[in-house]
Amino acid sequence: MSVPSPEAPAVPAVPAEADATPRLRGDLAVWLVILAELATFGLLFACFAFARVRELALFTQSQATLDLRFGAINTLLLVSGSAGVARAVQALREGRGASVAGRWWGVALACGLGFLGLKGAEYADKFAAGIGLTTNTFYMFYILLTGFHFLHVLAAVVFVAVLWVQTRRGAYGPQRCHVPETGAAFWHMVDLLWIVLFPLVYVMK
Amino acid sequence: MSLLKNPVDRVWLVLVAATLVTWWLGEGGWARTGGAAAVALMFGLAFLKGALIALDFMETRHAPPLWRRLLLGWLAGVMALIGLAWWLARWRSEG
Repeated sequence: MSVPSPEAPAVPAVPAEADATPRLRGDLAVWLVILAELATFGLLFACFAFARVRELALFTQSQATLDLRFGAINTLLLVSGSAGVARAVQALREGRGASVAGRWWGVALACGLGFLGLKGAEYADKFAAGIGLTTNTFYMFYILLTGFHFLHVLAAVVFVAVLWVQTRRGAYGPQRCHVPETGAAFWHMVDLLWIVLFPLVYVMK
Repeated sequence: MSLLKNPVDRVWLVLVAATLVTWWLGEGGWARTGGAAAVALMFGLAFLKGALIALDFMETRHAPPLWRRLLLGWLAGVMALIGLAWWLARWRSEG
């Protein structure tokens, strides 16, 4: 008899093979936002680099007051968070269960919060030293660029926290990865921006 | 090695290694004394990291080519502008 038994699962236990046709992972609207963000930050990066041409001595002197360790550790936190996000999406796609994916969202969340904490400490240190937006051109760019980026990390952290909760509730699975993929694309964009920002603002002499 | 089996972990290792090299460039002072070679290495590493994130984490490797070109083109364009500005700053300070 070919009648399926009532116990047969509605979805095959073996995860569906990844489709070979090229496909953008995540929501198109968010991807368009990502392009707009990249364009905006790209312009700001170029503005920083060309403002530096006019005030090289000032930029070099002010950059020396930044603590490179904060920038480097924050880079490690963001790339590790990115790996966590990628692993979470992978776990959901492969149907490895909410607890595995949940753990990876947790890793990403911890990395994001660590980034925000360190950056917060860095700002507190600078503000306590009387440094602000109007101190000089370097610090104006430093605060605007990293501050704008900080807000994006905050948004990515909130996104990942929601994904974590929803994953634990069982909202996502092998055929239901659209929202996690969208959140992941946003997180990775935030990481991508920092990858350029870190050498430009903290290291380039 | 279970760590190297998953492509995500391999990408992560490269990202961490590249970050540590950039850190060392800054702390060791070679970013200051190395001139064009140090800047080229630093932004070469940043391009590698950015490309890995765009291709493997954002999965544009498996997306329509336009998206891949947009992200890699953005990276290359931004780096080219930064490189040009760095060169201009050096030329101006020497002249």
